[in-house]
Parts: sequence; structure tokens; C-alpha cells
Amino acid sequence: MTGQFEPLPDGGAAAPLDDVEISILRSLAVQLLELMGPGVEPAGGGDDSDDLLASIFSDGPSEPPADPVLARLFPDAYGGPDLVPDDDVRAASAEFRRYTENDLRARKREDALALVRALDALESAKGGAVLRLNPDECRQWLGGLNDLRLAIGTRLEVTDEDDGGELLRLPDSDPRKPMVLAYLWLGGLQETLVEALTG
Amino acid sequence: MGPVSAHPSPTITLRPHRCTLSVPVEIERPESSEAPFEVPEPDVPWVTIVHNDPVNLMSYVSYVFQSYFGYTKDKAHQLMLDVHHKGRAIVSSGTREEMERDVQAMHGYGLWATLQQDRA
Repeated sequence: MTGQFEPLPDGGAAAPLDDVEISILRSLAVQLLELMGPGVEPAGGGDDSDDLLASIFSDGPSEPPADPVLARLFPDAYGGPDLVPDDDVRAASAEFRRYTENDLRARKREDALALVRALDALESAKGGAVLRLNPDECRQWLGGLNDLRLAIGTRLEVTDEDDGGELLRLPDSDPRKPMVLAYLWLGGLQETLVEALTG
Repeated sequence: MGPVSAHPSPTITLRPHRCTLSVPVEIERPESSEAPFEVPEPDVPWVTIVHNDPVNLMSYVSYVFQSYFGYTKDKAHQLMLDVHHKGRAIVSSGTREEMERDVQAMHGYGLWATLQQDRA
């Protein structure tokens, strides 16, 4: 069955994927990479990264990203839902972000790139291929799949009450339907990958 | 096996706005354990809190608690359930710097985490 990982004897995992799934997965990972940008874009999404070398040594941003998906991937370290942030909390979050966000972006880019690389290495035959991951790749895929689900879940405004229920009942004509199906499929993929690693 | 270890030591940090130098002013009592003037709650440990999130899979959250913190399957599962049902759970405690590391790691995994001083 496609879209499900099975454990491999070496501690890795394998999943058969058909060509459409491979293409969707790759497209989503590339979109996430594009959204995350080069790692030092100013809050609100900049475009030019003219001096890559200088960017390596520069501080990260101090403001949360304006895009809700990026704000979820790179949340404030101080505050949280139960706390009304005062100036101290905001200042602490800004400082933490300045010191850590570039590294966090780099990690998430690496995870997403690991997805793209593994998919590009597949040799498709008869409309599909079997994706085989070693243990390290499994960990990167777990992170990458989770980031994709966070991104799509944020776009779809998934809430706990939904729990897939309301979204599942969307009519086929709803423009969100393809994204919902991708979201649920990614959930199955991630769930079976967790099971393969821990089971 | 004891409780989760929290080392309540005042930490020195190079970041300017937090730098707290406590110099004893009462030289006749250099051994005194009482702070001669107010230092901002040095003995209160910091905690890392993971917040509930409608997207993250329960199995994945358990997996993260096991693989990053090295918690047993049972403890990781219980913490995950706390996050899910109570909306949040304290997953670690220690110095501010340690908790910043943990929060950064949680963000790396995609979990929603914050740190704060534990006033409970």
C-alpha cells in the first residue's frame, strides 16, 4: 500500500510511492523551501540575499515572521498562549530569535532538502518507486514531514475541534480539498514513519 | 531516583540586559548566605513548556520527548497526554540557558515550546 512506511532491518524505513505522490511531495517540499527563504530575510519576507557571506555572520531577525506559516515554524520562545506578553517578554523573545532563528531555519532547510534529494534519487518504474531511508534520513524526513504538515495545517487553519472531521467532509468542489487530502496523506506517512522508528 | 533536577544557580550571561552582578556590599558579613540586596529570583528555576497544537501527531510528540530528552516511553507518553488534554506540560527544568537550548530543540522538531521562570 502506498503512503505507508514499513521498518527496515537496519533501523531505517521504506515506503512505496507512486509517481503522483512523489511529485506532490517534492512540490510541497520545494514550496516550503521557497517560503523559508535563504535564512536571513527580514521579517515580513524579503527577497534579495545579495551578500551570502555577510549573511552567515549576521544576526537573525528580532521580530516574528509576518506569514502565519513561518510564525508557526519559528515561534516566540517566551510568552505562549496563557501569557499576555509584556515588554520584558517581547524583548526576551526578540533577543532569542536574533541568536537562534538563523540556525533553526538552516535546520529546517536541511530537512526539506533531504526530502527533495531522496525523491530525486528515486528511479521510478511502472508508475512508482520504493523510497528507502537509512536511520539518519528517517529523522530528517520526520522533521521535514512535520514541517510540511505544520505549514499546510496553518494554511488550512486546522483546529483541535476539527480533528480532520470537518475538513474530511468538505465537498469536492471546495478549493481547500486537494490541500486537505495532501494534509491527511502526509499525516499517514508521518505516523507510519514514527511507528517504524519506535515500534 | 530523585525528582527532575533543577540547579537554581544564578547564571552569568554576557548578554547585556540580563547581566546581573551581585556584589556583596556588607563586607563585615562576607560569609552571609543572605543576599544583601535584591537579586531577581535567582533560586527560581526555569522550565520548558510544550503547548498543545492541533497539527502535531501524538505519536510524534511522544517520539520527540523520548529521543531528545531520553525519557522512557511511559514518561514521554504521559507528558504528551498532559500536553494534549491540559493544553501544556512542563517537559524540563533547569537554568535559563539550559531551557533556551531545550526550547530551541523543540522548535527544531516543530513543537510549540516556550520557557519561563517557574513560579508555581
